Amino acid sequence: MTDWPILSTVTFLPLVGVVLILLIRDEGAAAGRNIRNVALLTTVFTFVLSLFIWAGFDNSNPGFQMVEKVEWLDSGISYHMGVDGISMLFVILTTFLMPICILASWKAIEKRVKEYMIAFLILETLMIGVFCALDLVLFYVFFEAVLIPMFIIIGVWGGKRRVYASFKFFLYTLLGSVLMMLAIMAMFWQAGTTDIPTLMEYDFPVGMQQWLWLAFFASFAVKMPMWPVHTWLPDAHVEAPTAGSVILAAVLLKMGGYGFLRFSLPMFTDASIYFQPFVFWLSAIAIVYTSLVALMQEDIKKLIAYSSVAHMGYVTMGIFAMNPEGIQGGIFQMLSHGLVSGALFLCVGVVYDRMHTREISAYGGLVNNMPKYAVVFLILTMANVGLPGTSGFVGEFLTLLGVFQVNTLVALVATTGVILSAAYALWLYRRVIYGALTKESLKSLLDLSGREKAIIYPLVALVILFGVYPAPLLDVTAASVDALINNINQSIEAAAVASDGLQAAAQ
Amino acid sequence: MYHAIVFLPLLGFLIAGLGGRAIGAKASEYVTSGFLVISALLSWVAFVQVGLGGAEPFTVPVLRFIQSGSLDVAWALRIDTLTVVMLIVVNTVSALVHIYSIGYMHHDPHRPRFFAYLSLFTFAMLMLVTSDNLIQMFFGWEGVGLASYLLIGFWYKKPSANAAAMKAFVVNRVGDFGFLIGIFSLFALVGSANFDTIFVSIEAIAQNGDAEAFSFLGWSLTNSSAITMICLFLFMGAMGKSAQVPLHTWLPDAMEGPTPVSALIHAATMVTAGVFLAARMSPVFEFSQTALIFVMLIGAITAFFAATVGLVQNDIKRVIAYSTCSQLGYMFVAIGSGFYAAAIFHLFTHAFFKALLFLGSGSVIHAVSDEQDMRKMGGLKNLIPRTYWMMIIGTIALTGVGIPATMIGTAGFFSKDAIVEGAFAAHSPLAGFAFTMLVIAAVFTSFYSWRLIFMTFHGTPRATADVMHHVHESPPVMLVPLYILAVGALFAGVVFYDSFVGYSYDAFWQGAIFMAEDNHILHDFHEVPFWVKASPFAAMIIGFLTAYEFYIRSPERPARLAAQHRGLYQFLLNKWYFDELYDFLFVRPAMRLGRFLWKTGDGKVIDGMGPDGISARVVDVTNRVVKLQTGYLYHYAFAMLIGVAALVTWMMLGGSN
Repeated sequence: MTDWPILSTVTFLPLVGVVLILLIRDEGAAAGRNIRNVALLTTVFTFVLSLFIWAGFDNSNPGFQMVEKVEWLDSGISYHMGVDGISMLFVILTTFLMPICILASWKAIEKRVKEYMIAFLILETLMIGVFCALDLVLFYVFFEAVLIPMFIIIGVWGGKRRVYASFKFFLYTLLGSVLMMLAIMAMFWQAGTTDIPTLMEYDFPVGMQQWLWLAFFASFAVKMPMWPVHTWLPDAHVEAPTAGSVILAAVLLKMGGYGFLRFSLPMFTDASIYFQPFVFWLSAIAIVYTSLVALMQEDIKKLIAYSSVAHMGYVTMGIFAMNPEGIQGGIFQMLSHGLVSGALFLCVGVVYDRMHTREISAYGGLVNNMPKYAVVFLILTMANVGLPGTSGFVGEFLTLLGVFQVNTLVALVATTGVILSAAYALWLYRRVIYGALTKESLKSLLDLSGREKAIIYPLVALVILFGVYPAPLLDVTAASVDALINNINQSIEAAAVASDGLQAAAQ
Repeated sequence: MYHAIVFLPLLGFLIAGLGGRAIGAKASEYVTSGFLVISALLSWVAFVQVGLGGAEPFTVPVLRFIQSGSLDVAWALRIDTLTVVMLIVVNTVSALVHIYSIGYMHHDPHRPRFFAYLSLFTFAMLMLVTSDNLIQMFFGWEGVGLASYLLIGFWYKKPSANAAAMKAFVVNRVGDFGFLIGIFSLFALVGSANFDTIFVSIEAIAQNGDAEAFSFLGWSLTNSSAITMICLFLFMGAMGKSAQVPLHTWLPDAMEGPTPVSALIHAATMVTAGVFLAARMSPVFEFSQTALIFVMLIGAITAFFAATVGLVQNDIKRVIAYSTCSQLGYMFVAIGSGFYAAAIFHLFTHAFFKALLFLGSGSVIHAVSDEQDMRKMGGLKNLIPRTYWMMIIGTIALTGVGIPATMIGTAGFFSKDAIVEGAFAAHSPLAGFAFTMLVIAAVFTSFYSWRLIFMTFHGTPRATADVMHHVHESPPVMLVPLYILAVGALFAGVVFYDSFVGYSYDAFWQGAIFMAEDNHILHDFHEVPFWVKASPFAAMIIGFLTAYEFYIRSPERPARLAAQHRGLYQFLLNKWYFDELYDFLFVRPAMRLGRFLWKTGDGKVIDGMGPDGISARVVDVTNRVVKLQTGYLYHYAFAMLIGVAALVTWMMLGGSN
């Protein structure tokens, strides 16, 4: 098993599903069923296989594991794959959510099923690739290509304003991509390689670091999304089909945070320290600003989208706290948000499939005829609020704890998020779930179906499990995060020594 | 055994919550109540062993929790005297409330859910009181908040109940903000969130008071100012949970929930969590005189404020709610005096008589067809005599009936007087102020308590004939819990006085409560002049006589007085206009700001200057060029791939050069 290229297998297995789907003749209901089944089986199989990555993962090893490397000509570029404690769990998160997305689209998608499933399977390959790639060019290819299927999913199967939303999405990300591409070129020029582990060891000159940092930041900040480049997200979520929203919130947003951890911090350490207050304040503003905006939303999906931006604020500030609590908290928050927001969007999908509206005012009193739904929604709302005992708490708490040690004012501002999040989340819950069931159109709604239970219950169970017992996730990340922080501290010390030396020389 | 005490309620919650539909309402009631009774009995065993028997404090490990960087906390049960006192309070009242609810809720179709919530609450409260670190405590803290939210909003069809539930949660979150900052600061100062580590290291840190601790909001704090800041933030959490001014507004509204809930959560247990927190953190609070002064100030103001509002309320439950708020103020004055044991003692006795009063008023409400307005009651004394006498016992315990300077009296007499005397004896600049406030509040307490009794049970019936016809005494399942609580309300004071604040203090507490070496309150409060000891007694008599005059001898006087002092009456009736003030200061501006940021910030500024202008043009153009809406998507996809290919080619060429 040791020689088996498991990462590549998991990464490209969904493409086998694509081939199989292409072989199905696109006619009739039977074809639709077959296509769905193939997509589901492929994603389930990929998930099961990906669990072997976790099983074979050595928590105590801070470096990259299951590495595959094939030189590509003699260019300094290589096909290089591997996972460490920072990236591994994102691979699992992706493979875990894909079957759920396929099932969530089971009935909601009726037109162009074939293309839809193909888009999702390709998307899966690309997303896993992003988290496994250990070569800049490879990473860039995956990172940018992810946009294509996502763009198509929103643009083709989206809601009424899908064109506007997908363009906004595209314009924002385009800006970031161009700058990142230029930065990658510059790095290659400077270091002569695009190999990520090598680049992590490489010391870029301080002045250049800042430019590179900004270029990468442009791309990652849009992906996160950070304030003020967040406005594409609410529109994209609102227009995307349910499964698209799930993947967008649960995985795509995490690529930005992952990018900060993989590139900005280890490669441009000095610049990261330099820009730390900048990131802190953007994050703190994001938390307060978007929470206030969420308070006023009239569309369920938009409200959750804005709350996602606020939650990502905790992630970015935690990562840039550059201490173990902050970074582990940031990673945990990303994973937790993947589960929580994914499940919340699935919940919205449940009522959207029945009512075809996302207006909050169209609902009310659902607890009366959908008690199971009400319970699930409650648990997820509480996770969104960061109630201890749900996974939402652990990440939020650790990031704030980490930030407090670096900058108390930012932590103080960000902690007001716990008040605001309670306000908007409970207000949503009250308007949708509580109250008397007076609206005629709602009276015939049925509670969760078997399929819906199958996709939402596992997420809810994990949200509680990791809230009570977060150790499995924290253990995976600990060694790699420690190594990352050691590197950062070393370069801080090196910088201090250098400046001391300069001062000594000046004297 | 300790696992059973804490986790049986959780098991009950899971059985009733997940299987309630399958096993039915009856089974859910019996399972949850049965588990709670077992839990309560075991708690008393623990109390005898650890509290009275003097077994060494210990910790029961349960499970790993959060481990990251230097933060390392686990799920664990810390068993010392403070914990076991809370265990018997929580489990005894909870078990009785469970049993009582079997009768009280028997018409309700959602009983499994109700009992599940009650057990969930109990579990969270137990996690709170047994925790050995701040994070687990925060878990319990938020867990009881969640259960409180669910139970206040139990009748979810009522908009007022939903609003009250949400208000309770959000206002509590304001306090939690402080609690969190307190935890962060303590962690920054001590490097740990575990009580053992904190308590050991804080003394050394405090002794080195002028050394630099960490910088907070740009100020660099010394160790002693850091401790003060930590205490103030932790106390902010306590203010939210224990409904202290200005975070008290949620408690009266919380009366929207079913009455047993009010007895359990909003009188006996959850609202006392703040007092428990301060007592648990006594090793930290002891080192900040400033924080203690602030605690005393807030406690005294709340005790006075809530008592004034209680004077004029007409809803029977709201009167008791404000009374609770006021009594919690007493407890915080005790904390502020450095007299933590008296605060816990009052918490302990208060749990019995306040739960008794709430459950008794529930029995009244039950009797008069769910009416809560005392103006529509009256003359019930002979119709529901058992309930009447139970309410009388609750009232004499609350007002502290007893003979000064002797050991004869009700539970409230011992604990409340200890607090009043402690406030007088405290070495605090506010000691005189707090003492005065508490004595005045005692007059009011006596007045509104007897006013409640007289309006409800005496005088002529004001309910409709139909309601009066249906008035009935409650069934034994509701009365027996009242009897048991009544025993506590009468005798909990005299029996445990020596242990809590008397001669057996050291043997009883075994260091669970910390007092600094220069804190002699335990000795000093005995030494106060006689007039100080007699003043609560006098206050109680004055309040009783005034109430008797107003509501028995000349019942037309209150209305006249209210008409004469219209402004004051309205001011009190509207609870000093706190709700209106908050609405004006916080709620509306937040919503306006939210709308502004959304429409103007996101819409006009960010989108207007950014993507909207551009994309609008692009959409125009492409709509004209490409008729098929989806077609251009592929074009862009294609363009992107070309870009990638170009990049790779360029690099390869560049690399080979």
